[in-house]
Amino acid sequence: MAASKSGVSKPAVTSFQKKTRSKLISISGTRPSVQNGQLLVSTGVTSLDYLLGGGLAVGTVLLIEEDRYDSYSRTILKYFLAEGVVCRHELFVASAQDNPDDILQELPSPILDDVAIHKPAEQPRLPSDPPDSLDAMKIAWRYQNLPKVQTALASSSRFGHYYDVSKTMEPEIRQAAKCHRFYLPEHPTQSSPTHSTMLKSYSALLKSLQEVINREGFDLTTPMSNSRNILRVGLHSLGSALWGDDLCCRDNPRNGHALATFLYGLRALLRSSLSVAVVTVPSHLIQDRALMGSITRLCDNAIALESFKGSERETNPLYKDYHGLLHVRQIPQLNCLASKLPDHKDLAFKLKRKQFTIERLHLPPDLSETVSRVSRGELAGAPTAASACGTGTSGNKHLDF
Amino acid sequence: MFTELNSILNTNPDSITPGEFILISDRQSDASFLIHHFLSFYLKARCKVCFLGLVQSFNHYHAVSQRLGVSLLQAKEKGQLVFLEGLSESLSVLIPQEDNAGSQAMDFLRDPAAGLKSLYEFVRSSLNSPDGAEDWGPPVLLVDDLSVLLSLGVSVGAVLDFSHYCRATVCSQLKGSMVMLTRCEGEEEEDEGDDEGSERLLKGLTHQCSLTLHVQGLPTGYCREIHGQVEVCWRRRPVAGQYTPKKLFQYKVHDKGASFFAPGTSSAVL
Repeated sequence: MAASKSGVSKPAVTSFQKKTRSKLISISGTRPSVQNGQLLVSTGVTSLDYLLGGGLAVGTVLLIEEDRYDSYSRTILKYFLAEGVVCRHELFVASAQDNPDDILQELPSPILDDVAIHKPAEQPRLPSDPPDSLDAMKIAWRYQNLPKVQTALASSSRFGHYYDVSKTMEPEIRQAAKCHRFYLPEHPTQSSPTHSTMLKSYSALLKSLQEVINREGFDLTTPMSNSRNILRVGLHSLGSALWGDDLCCRDNPRNGHALATFLYGLRALLRSSLSVAVVTVPSHLIQDRALMGSITRLCDNAIALESFKGSERETNPLYKDYHGLLHVRQIPQLNCLASKLPDHKDLAFKLKRKQFTIERLHLPPDLSETVSRVSRGELAGAPTAASACGTGTSGNKHLDF
Repeated sequence: MFTELNSILNTNPDSITPGEFILISDRQSDASFLIHHFLSFYLKARCKVCFLGLVQSFNHYHAVSQRLGVSLLQAKEKGQLVFLEGLSESLSVLIPQEDNAGSQAMDFLRDPAAGLKSLYEFVRSSLNSPDGAEDWGPPVLLVDDLSVLLSLGVSVGAVLDFSHYCRATVCSQLKGSMVMLTRCEGEEEEDEGDDEGSERLLKGLTHQCSLTLHVQGLPTGYCREIHGQVEVCWRRRPVAGQYTPKKLFQYKVHDKGASFFAPGTSSAVL
């Protein structure tokens, strides 16, 4: 190669040309999927991207079943929107509860020099930080050079950005992004004769979304222009009473098919346009499991968050490293026969000082003197049992072989 | 088309049994790979196919079929395949426009209580139409999937009526075949007295059909190497003299097909 480079002065014509598919559109913040060639965008949470098979495919819906206080699901929604701002995608935010402007003001601040994030020294050390005490532990020399087991889910190549949840995004960055808002209380409800199964609020939302898609040229049927962009749709707390839906309030909801019909229409809209949606639903309020199942089916990806806040698990030492469990309800099969199932189904999430991560759930190492594993149920009343077992060895603390 | 499944069902594209109604159902698993199998199977058998794709876009079915060696676009151009793309048809109904020129097939969205008559009319006209250009084999109707109709507000009775009408027309009158997919949610035993929609639909359809393929997740839980199990159950037709009504297989879906094996004989286990 070096010889040919020095000898030839004319423009290099080699037989090695980068194979590019002209069919794929190059838009910032997207990449084609390795598996099926789908155009993917990042959710903003790197570990969630990995879980969903590299990212969210354009034209699909991610359903997030809210945790009880809607704190972590809201965090993911904000991550998703913040990633859109950084990638210069357009946003569409709809809510019935908070003003979309309020949601946008809370977006986390991006960390744009992402080299610093990998340095462990940057993070302030806590004296009670368990990994630190582990590092200090003497282990056999032959294990010292082994790589550390990585529990956080991550792919090898980076995609998406990192965010600092402790700070909010600067207004200049935020205002650079084009954002469409749909705030139900301020939206005039038209009295046009819509059909019976869909609520007025949902059909107004669907109509408003379609108008944005058609007006701003996200429609795939319109002739290809040079500057194509992605529309990120964030719909907050669909199905809650504020949308006029009674899914959450009654055992036998009158308009039980309204949300499902809306999601069907949303899927139809997204499949024919360059847009991607994240929908949060307060599923813990919905009594009818079958109804929730049909809602899940009409979304593509579905995850459920179960936070430990307010539950007895919060104080359980087994879960002290995590803030909640994450259940993968559904992974779509898009343009292929087999869906990419995750390796692992026991997943937990935590909100670190600056970052939201999803990790494989594992039990903490048992560092007590009695090595016998105590089952979860016994843990509450463990001290007495442990001391009873440990009476034999209480005299000599150090094991001698 | 999965050749392993063909040998299990004792069929091949050259000799298809007329008048079959195959019901595919699933519970806590995904049976849509079987729909792709039957779509490519009947297209290779040179049948006239009417496909009601209610849950996915045409591009999805096209991309998967290409991996299975069938081009839906070509089949559509030749007139072999009539494809109803439910998603795109529904938009004109869900978001009413001034120039309302959508097809009538998705009319049930406008008023779910009215039933699926328009959808049946679509099926009948598309399978009956004497194109005459090329002589295709017996007509076949595929539906993916019926339970989405329940989600959209259609009653169980209306869906069962629809499948019964289709069976009378396609299976009996035209000597064709029918494949329908329905999906159930949750455990089998829970809510005994509660006549939940999808369960009632499954029972009703099981009564009508001639062969069921019931896909389930593994009872022992999630596994990466085995995606689930299929219960094959023949009704009415004793197989090759002896009466073997039920067979159970485990399966794994690959990139371009699926493999079926007897329980416990996965390559990951042996």
